[in-house]
This record gives sequence, structure tokens and C-alpha cells, in this order.
Amino acid sequence: MKRTLSLLAGLAALLPVSFAHAGDGDFKTGVFDPPSTAPNFELPGSNGSPVVLSKLRGKVVALAFGFSYCQRVCPVTLANLSQVFKQLGAAATDVQVVFVSVDPDRDTPSRLREFLQFFDPSFLGATGTKAQIDVVRQAYGVFATKAPSEDKKLGYEIHHSSSIFLIDREGKLRLLVPFGTPPQTITHDITLLLKR
Amino acid sequence: MRVPRHLRWLLVSLAAVLLGATTWAAAAPVRFDSREELFEIPKGTWARRMAGEKIEILPQEIRLVAGARDILVLRNRDDVPQIFGPALMMPGQTFRLPFERAAEYEFACTAHASGQMTIIVDEPLASPWARLRWRARKALKRLKRLKQQGYVSWRS
Repeated sequence: MKRTLSLLAGLAALLPVSFAHAGDGDFKTGVFDPPSTAPNFELPGSNGSPVVLSKLRGKVVALAFGFSYCQRVCPVTLANLSQVFKQLGAAATDVQVVFVSVDPDRDTPSRLREFLQFFDPSFLGATGTKAQIDVVRQAYGVFATKAPSEDKKLGYEIHHSSSIFLIDREGKLRLLVPFGTPPQTITHDITLLLKR
Repeated sequence: MRVPRHLRWLLVSLAAVLLGATTWAAAAPVRFDSREELFEIPKGTWARRMAGEKIEILPQEIRLVAGARDILVLRNRDDVPQIFGPALMMPGQTFRLPFERAAEYEFACTAHASGQMTIIVDEPLASPWARLRWRARKALKRLKRLKQQGYVSWRS
């Protein structure tokens, strides 16, 4: 009996270690270890209220940078996230997509609202002055440079980092999802984050 | 023209060695000690860069093998945050990026002059031809490194 109890105690002691290890190993996108606190920001939001990242604690945040006139990258990213929301079903209420504009000259809050509604009405846009955006960009290591657009009507486009940052419920920057990652993979990792 | 006997033997031996090496390179299974390909920013890198030293840690092209060596691991051992590949990394932080499919992946990387970094994930080394190509590429890479270090030289 004593031997059985000590064996059980030993197994119980090992459990948290095994789960912690298996948990991190299960992520299919880029994992930051140890995770650091996601840099906070407050920017004018597409819903008419300021978007404050720290106020979204309790939800998993999918943070993407882009611009509404983007023709190649942002529509794919947002369509993928829209697909992820469909796959998550009811659990999507615990996830918030935040799309920070890297084109503050053209992306007003109302323009962002109009653009994001096409993908999912719950997606939140954030914009601001160039100085405000630059601070947020730099805090996340996101680059954005203006370049002439092939479409003359648009005038210019912006080459920018295209990864999605996944922030857990405690506000820790946990994962980086490279552009082109299939929606199923993103859904898988968000589901794991939601369980933590 | 008559080839001297000793030279003939030498040529035959060389051909046999070459054939043996090629057969081995194609037939022997490739074993990796780990699935991770690790790149580290050493402590003091930022200070050395600030002093004007040109330091390249991450190559512009990285080759991985699906199912065998398919996890890119970046580690920042410096005292300041660093943009390393696609990620901004805090001091002491590690970034682990697994690849599930063989493909060519392009990442924005401000650490390179081109602003881009390519990760090529090769198909699993299942066929003799794939193993031969992989070993030949690896040998060429080693030779280029030796050239950079000044141990060998040739005109390119």
C-alpha cells in the first residue's frame, strides 16, 4: 500500500511537468519562450472608442498590422482569421482580432470599420497619428515602408511585416504566426491558448 | 595514346573511390542529432555592432528538412532586444518556429540588407537522389565556409 502511494505521489509530481512540456510542444506556430508582456498601446478604434490592449485581458488577442488599401497581404490575413472564427464557433467570443493600421494617413477609424466589417463585424481596427503608430510598430518589431503602387489610382502601397501576434489571456505575447499559415493551424494554436 | 600502367591504376582507383563515395552518399540514411536548427545572438553583439563591426548571424537562406530537421530556433543571448529573423526578441528569449510542410518561406528580416530571409524546407530525404543532393549541398556549403576562413581558395 505504502509503495503504491509513493508511486502515485511520484506520478502526481511528474504530471505538471509533463503537461507543461507537452503543452508548449503542441503549438504549431512560432513560440516565444519565455513569453514577455505584450507592449500595451492605446489608439483610436474603429468602434469609436479607444483600443487599449491591456483592457482586452481575459481574451486571446490576434494582433495584425496592415492597411485597408492593401491588395495582396491583408485581405488574405483577415480572410484567414475570419475562417478561424468560423472554426472556433462559440469559443470565438473569447478571441479578439485587433488590426493596427500602418497607413494612418488614409486609414481613419470609419474607413477601418468599413473595411473590417467585410471580414467579421467583431474585428477591431486601430489607427492614430504616424507618431503613435510608429511607437506601436517599433514595440512589436514591425516594419512598414512606403513604396509606389502598381495601381496608379492608389498612389502608394506599404510593404509591411505580415505575421500575426497571438497574445494570451494574461497579456503575454506567446506566439507569432507567419503569413500564409493555414487557418486550421491558427485555430489549433488559439484553442490551446484558450485552454490555458 | 598508351596510358602508363601506374596512371591507369590511379585513375581506376580514383573512379572507384568516387563511385563508392557517391553510392554511400545516396544510400546511407541521413541522421540528425535534433530536429532543431539553432541560431544564437551572442552576448555583446549589440555593443560590437555599435562599435562599427559588421556581424551577420542569420544567413539569408536557411535550409531545413521536413520531418527531420524542421524546427528553426532563434535565441537572443544579448542584453538588449534584437530583431532576429521574423521576430523581435527580448534578452534571453528563444523563438521556436516549426515547419510542417516542405516549401519555400519568405520572411521580412530587417537584419539583412535585402530586407528578406528565405527558409527552404526540403522534402524528407527518402530517395537516394534527395540524399545525394542534400549531402552535395552540405559539402559545398562547408567548402564555401572554408574559403571564407581562408583555408582554401578558388576563382568564382
